[in-house]
Amino acid sequence: MANAAASDGIENLYREELMDHYQNPRNFGNMADADVSYHDYNPVCGDEVTVQLKMENGTVKEAMFNGKGCAISQAAASMLTEQIHGKSVKAVVAMTQNDMLEITKINPGPVRIKCALLALRAVQKGIIQYEANRANLAK
Amino acid sequence: MLNAERIREDFPILKRKVYGKPLVYLDNAATTQKPRQVIQATNDYYETYNSNVHRAVHRLSQEATAAYDEAHEKVAGFIGAECMEEVVFTKNTTESINLVASSLSQQLQKGDEIVLTQMEHHSNIVPWQQAAKRTGAKLRFLEIDGNGELKLQHNSATSGMCNRTSSDLQLRQTIGKKTKIVAFTHVSNVLGTINPAKEIIAAAKEIGAVTVVDAAQSVPHMPVNVKELGCDFLAFSAHKMLGPTGVGVLYGKRELLEGMEPFLYGGDMISEVSLEGAKWNELPWKFEAGTPNMAGAVGLTAAVDYLQKVGMENVWEHEILLTKLALKRLQEIEGVAVYGPKDAAKRSGLVAFNLNGAHPHDVSAFLDAAGIAVRGGHHCAMPLARLLGTAGSTRASFYLYNTTQEIEKFAEALGKIAAKLKKPAQTAESWAKSDNRL
Repeated sequence: MANAAASDGIENLYREELMDHYQNPRNFGNMADADVSYHDYNPVCGDEVTVQLKMENGTVKEAMFNGKGCAISQAAASMLTEQIHGKSVKAVVAMTQNDMLEITKINPGPVRIKCALLALRAVQKGIIQYEANRANLAK
Repeated sequence: MLNAERIREDFPILKRKVYGKPLVYLDNAATTQKPRQVIQATNDYYETYNSNVHRAVHRLSQEATAAYDEAHEKVAGFIGAECMEEVVFTKNTTESINLVASSLSQQLQKGDEIVLTQMEHHSNIVPWQQAAKRTGAKLRFLEIDGNGELKLQHNSATSGMCNRTSSDLQLRQTIGKKTKIVAFTHVSNVLGTINPAKEIIAAAKEIGAVTVVDAAQSVPHMPVNVKELGCDFLAFSAHKMLGPTGVGVLYGKRELLEGMEPFLYGGDMISEVSLEGAKWNELPWKFEAGTPNMAGAVGLTAAVDYLQKVGMENVWEHEILLTKLALKRLQEIEGVAVYGPKDAAKRSGLVAFNLNGAHPHDVSAFLDAAGIAVRGGHHCAMPLARLLGTAGSTRASFYLYNTTQEIEKFAEALGKIAAKLKKPAQTAESWAKSDNRL
């Protein structure tokens, strides 16, 4: 008999804290004077996030997001904005898939791991772009 | 009327439990389950007469060849084709459409037009996009309205003298002098809409365009007769009608198939080969290069036998019953938006919907946990999803072995999920904004 995919069962995957972040997202909205604004999406499932950051002295001073998509992608984005607050650019760029699984405390399995990573990848791409622009301006 | 409880006994997989709960299989538009008659026929082939067809003179090959040819005859009879020469086996609907698109595109010129609809599955868009790219032909699309129907409704306000209805007019704005091919889905795999195939085919014929019908979602569910439709080509898959995976069907009018170049080249599709060139085999083998899926074809014969025994009229009647019940129950759940025609008479046996801005993958994950298999996503029709203003939908699709109790179970589970996935107004709004584009 084929084994179920190696992901959490429904209760663990959609655990209470995750559903709370999905239904009551933290730092949700639009930042008027963001230094970093990056939109990313997954065309296969249609998950979308825009992350917005205010930067100060190489650290994330403020983080916001908005978007739409599955509970995992949106809750992960909400949790991430709380986590990166006050973190250095270096630390945020160094974050990995495992960090994201620790933050969300889920094991989404191979199909839905993309949902959990969407916001992190958007934050990292946005910061890298921002840093590159600053380096160019400094030249 | 058919007896779904009795039919279920023929399907071993339907006894299965998932997460300790009885399986409720409502993903039949993706693929259907197989009765033991089909599984048995495929086994018998491998256990008693497996061998290659059309070549060897030994006993096993004779039996395999007879069975393989008989599958073509069986399918020809099932869809009302003139003869087995008009029935080509491929690997699936997608390959059938690729075959037509590839062979027909050799007759296309720059400026010619190919007419599709906005509700096509990717398999009836992408091959034509490529054909257009190769030849300089242009794609045009028959549009859909807010109900997910083609904008072809008859308008009673047409003049009494002239019988030409407004629907004719709409068709003729898109299907015109430059149109060489009209390819459309008989039944939408997302909306469930049954398209007025005869009307579209008649309009295409008037200007001499070739018609291609994607029947993947119609042939398995309702009586379909190619002669009645009057189409030139029609494509469907065995695995969506109780048969094995890996066998597709392309029906084509004999004179058209005869005039077309082969799709794939190699063994079995030739009559004579020299070092310099080759002559093509007769129909349908000219389009069946290489060793075909013989066990699959034998399984398809058994699937057609099964459906004919039940009767396609009965299958269709049963699905309408289930669909009406599903529509009724879904409308009772707050926050459910159903796609496709409101009128159940214009729909086939599937229902796609969204729940309060909840993502289809979340909805299907919760249904899965209740033992209910549905499909969530864009259903391989991304242009349509975009038109509907959604990232996708959740789809429940029915077949002859589904029961009214299963629909009730599905609706009950969905009601509970609706409460769980409800979003506060602030965040739900960001969905609503992009959900109202149609």
